[in-house]
Amino acid sequence: MNPFSSETRLRDMIRAIRACKTAAEERAVVRKECASIRAAVSDNDNDYRHRNLAKLMFIHMLGYPTHFGQMECLKLIAAPGFPEKRIGYLGLMLLLDERQEVLMLVTNSLKQDLNHTNQYIVGLALCALGNISSAEMARDLAPEVERLLQFRDPNVRKKAALCSIRIIKKVPDLAENFVNPVASLLKEKHHGVLLTAIQLCADLCTVSEEALEYFRKKCTEGLVKVLKDAVNSPYAPEYDISGIADPFLQIRLLRILRILGHGDADASDLMNDVLAQVATKTESNKNAGNAILYECVETIMSIEDSGGLRVLAINILGRFLSNRDNNIRYVALNMLMKAISVDGQAVQRHRATILECVKDSDASIRKRALELVYLLVNETNVKPLTKELIDYLEVSDQDFKGDLTARICSIVEKLSPQKIWYIDQMLKVLCEAGNYVKDEVWHGLIVVITNSTNLHGYTVRSLYRAIQTSGDQEAVVRVAVWCIGEYGDLLVNNIGMLDLEEPITVTENDAVDVIEAAIKRHTSDLTTRAMCLIALLKLSSRFPSCSQRIKDIVNQSKGSLLLELQQRSIEFDSILEKHQNLRSALVERMPVLDEATYSGRRAGSLPAVASTSQGNPLQIPNGVPKTMDAPLLDLLDLSADEPALQNSSGPNFLQDLLGGDILSSASQSGTTQPQKSGTDVLLDLLSTGSPPAQNGSSTADILSISQDNNKTSVDALNSLSSPMVTSVQSTPASSIMDLLDTFGPSPTVPKDNDPAYPPLVAFESSSLSLIFNFSKQPGSPQITQIEATFTNKSSDIYTDFIFQAAVPKFLQLHLEPASSNTLPGSGNGSITQKLRVTNNQHGKKSLVMRIRISYKLNNKDMLEEGQISNFPRDL
Amino acid sequence: MHKPGVDPKKLGRIHFVLLISRQGKVRLTKWYSPYSQKERSKVIRELSGMILTRGPKLCNFVEWRGFKVVYKRYASLYFCMCINQEDNELEILEIIHHFVEILDRYFGSVCELDLIFNFQKAYYMLDEILIAGELQESSKKTVARLVSAQDSLVEAAKEEANSISNIIAQATK
Repeated sequence: MNPFSSETRLRDMIRAIRACKTAAEERAVVRKECASIRAAVSDNDNDYRHRNLAKLMFIHMLGYPTHFGQMECLKLIAAPGFPEKRIGYLGLMLLLDERQEVLMLVTNSLKQDLNHTNQYIVGLALCALGNISSAEMARDLAPEVERLLQFRDPNVRKKAALCSIRIIKKVPDLAENFVNPVASLLKEKHHGVLLTAIQLCADLCTVSEEALEYFRKKCTEGLVKVLKDAVNSPYAPEYDISGIADPFLQIRLLRILRILGHGDADASDLMNDVLAQVATKTESNKNAGNAILYECVETIMSIEDSGGLRVLAINILGRFLSNRDNNIRYVALNMLMKAISVDGQAVQRHRATILECVKDSDASIRKRALELVYLLVNETNVKPLTKELIDYLEVSDQDFKGDLTARICSIVEKLSPQKIWYIDQMLKVLCEAGNYVKDEVWHGLIVVITNSTNLHGYTVRSLYRAIQTSGDQEAVVRVAVWCIGEYGDLLVNNIGMLDLEEPITVTENDAVDVIEAAIKRHTSDLTTRAMCLIALLKLSSRFPSCSQRIKDIVNQSKGSLLLELQQRSIEFDSILEKHQNLRSALVERMPVLDEATYSGRRAGSLPAVASTSQGNPLQIPNGVPKTMDAPLLDLLDLSADEPALQNSSGPNFLQDLLGGDILSSASQSGTTQPQKSGTDVLLDLLSTGSPPAQNGSSTADILSISQDNNKTSVDALNSLSSPMVTSVQSTPASSIMDLLDTFGPSPTVPKDNDPAYPPLVAFESSSLSLIFNFSKQPGSPQITQIEATFTNKSSDIYTDFIFQAAVPKFLQLHLEPASSNTLPGSGNGSITQKLRVTNNQHGKKSLVMRIRISYKLNNKDMLEEGQISNFPRDL
Repeated sequence: MHKPGVDPKKLGRIHFVLLISRQGKVRLTKWYSPYSQKERSKVIRELSGMILTRGPKLCNFVEWRGFKVVYKRYASLYFCMCINQEDNELEILEIIHHFVEILDRYFGSVCELDLIFNFQKAYYMLDEILIAGELQESSKKTVARLVSAQDSLVEAAKEEANSISNIIAQATK
């Protein structure tokens, strides 16, 4: 020994490291030690190799790199003495893992040690091989290990058995070599050997079907007997754990019986008795006993059914569930989850207790219980369960609310019996935890709301109430803002009251207050504020009395640093300021969102959802030139029952309008007169008088048709529409729609350029008649000029007279202002109005047109409508 | 050499054993499923964060990366074992206790300092209890006997070495 060695003893190094006050100090000590160990390594120092490796292991545990010590392990293993080998193998297992090439170098030493005369050295080698062997080593050394399964000392046999597990997992095709030796090990009395042999047997069964069959035939009876003996064995201090004889052995026996009994009635029969015995005799007041019961229940659940045993098993789980020990309850929840597929009814009986576990203070238990509850919900218990969960939401931990809301929402969505219940529950969730719900939750809610036409009023009123109490929950604010924007009029006028509702008095200003508060709320983010701006734009037309106030609020965002808000408010302001005529059409109610599309998209990719439910409303006012689809959808939306101005038209027209070159300001002045028509007028133009409740679906159809048409060629449309000209052609008519403007008082003189076409009585009622006179410009055969003449044969004067017309997509219609909006009685004068129709399918298709005439008779709204399909053929 | 397709779940019931002090210091690590050195330190970091912060009366299981970690605190030390979701947690608690009792018998009321200064001994005992992530011996007595037999082999070798060096020393005088 070198007395001048600067090296310290292991104990001193550990002391020095522990004495370090800071991490830097520790690093310095470790660096110094590592330096001296490296020096010893390069000197090939034999005396201190043992001690150095021990030091390295300690340093390794502290998290420092120690790769330079790997070769030292191999040298120590190759040394002849037991002490060197012992520490060498330990280092090998700690410093290396099976992926390192260095490991291959140890194969030879392992082989020698497996054949060593000293059984402890054999044990060391088996242990190392079992813990870190690679597939190559497993293949090379399998014969040695196999042989050691018959070694004279049981402690070597048990190690060899576990080592074999690693070998067959690494190289499954070696499995068959082990089947026979294991069968004889299973007959031993030594617990260590039994434990490990059973484990090896179980693993053989999982890798090899033949092994499973073999053990099932040869060993089931013997193993049942071993278990019976273990259960009934007298007190044996060596294996006793809290009064139970070797629970580890019992657990393994139950496990192997599970494998042997699964799917085999005969084997299952053999074990029924002993399983019943274990289930009834095992003490359940200690963990060890419960561990056995756990395994016993698992086995009963997976072997072939024997009704009595299953009842026993479920009862054990029931007892587990009401145990005060958190561990046992956690395990119970876990196992009940598996038991659902076996006996759902029995698990349902424990619903109340499981629900209590959702409220546990332990996060692991809560999580398990919530997942179990989710599996337990069905149509019959969805209401009470949801109520419980929502009640709990109120008091639950902050970090649990996310999981909990997600589960509640998915339960409600999956099983809601009625839409109103769905909406109610979702509002409750949002009110309690609106800051925790994911975006798709409130997106989904909006989709459902739009689809529940008869609940619009109810919903918007509920949301109005909700935002008063839960205005701090982001999701409540968003949904409320969206709904008030869409259905503000229903809110203010208490429209669509349900019996269960209490009427509330909300003025238009109150509704605007809500939006204003939301946009000014400092916690509102960009999305919420942007939604507020849209809601305001929409309300500006719904609530004319508030329009100045709304304009002021919108203007406040003009200076916003957020580009999106700034742009929006500037655009909206411009619409409010300069495009009165277009505004109302632009801010029509959203069409019903397609649930199928929505859920399809959600299943696919989440980001797309945003564009369904959030993108659309946002795009409407924004996308004036680019996203004409959206305003078009609005134009087509049918269920509104408020007055709207009538300058709607197809995309091109609208675009032109925004370009500002179609309607002169003179004609705009005419249009500003409130004309009693509105979107429901459009609706009726488009669909043949279906009741409002069904409008949603018909719109959707229309939309899909017109969108398809945009993509496919016009010919395709023709072939589509030819068999049923009237219905189909009238549908796409929506996309091009010119409505009436009032004209100057002087009627224009009809031009009679081409008298080849006879006048057509387009409409005739007892009092009102409409005659079309046709003319064509030479050289443009597609264009037909129509002069419409209205006469009133009754004795009353019709005021606010409006004529509207719609044509299919292959036609383009331009309506000029009418000569007057008052039609004198008794045929004592007439109104004339010019139409220009361009037929893109001239020569192939005839004109077709749907018309609507509204007027006031003694201040009462009157409506006439009809379809004209008897145009001369070659127009 | 290592195939990425190998499912670590398939190797052994227990994937690893960790002993972590209340301060987050690692006192013992044993890996039965393949984890690279880098993964190992990540696992230790993640788990100490999860386990050391749990309150005293909660259950002894945490769910982690699709596995379950069963842990139990003895004085200042947390004993953790990682198993598959579907395995018997209660049995693992018994195995941990089994290990602790064996340490206790060996050291005579074991404390953290014993495991710091004699960490190799703790490993030797663990190697007599678990191989390949499976339990190898349910008798504490047997484990104790095997460990002490090997300890005495080491002692004998030491004495032999000493006597040899004495003989050499005397011979060379």
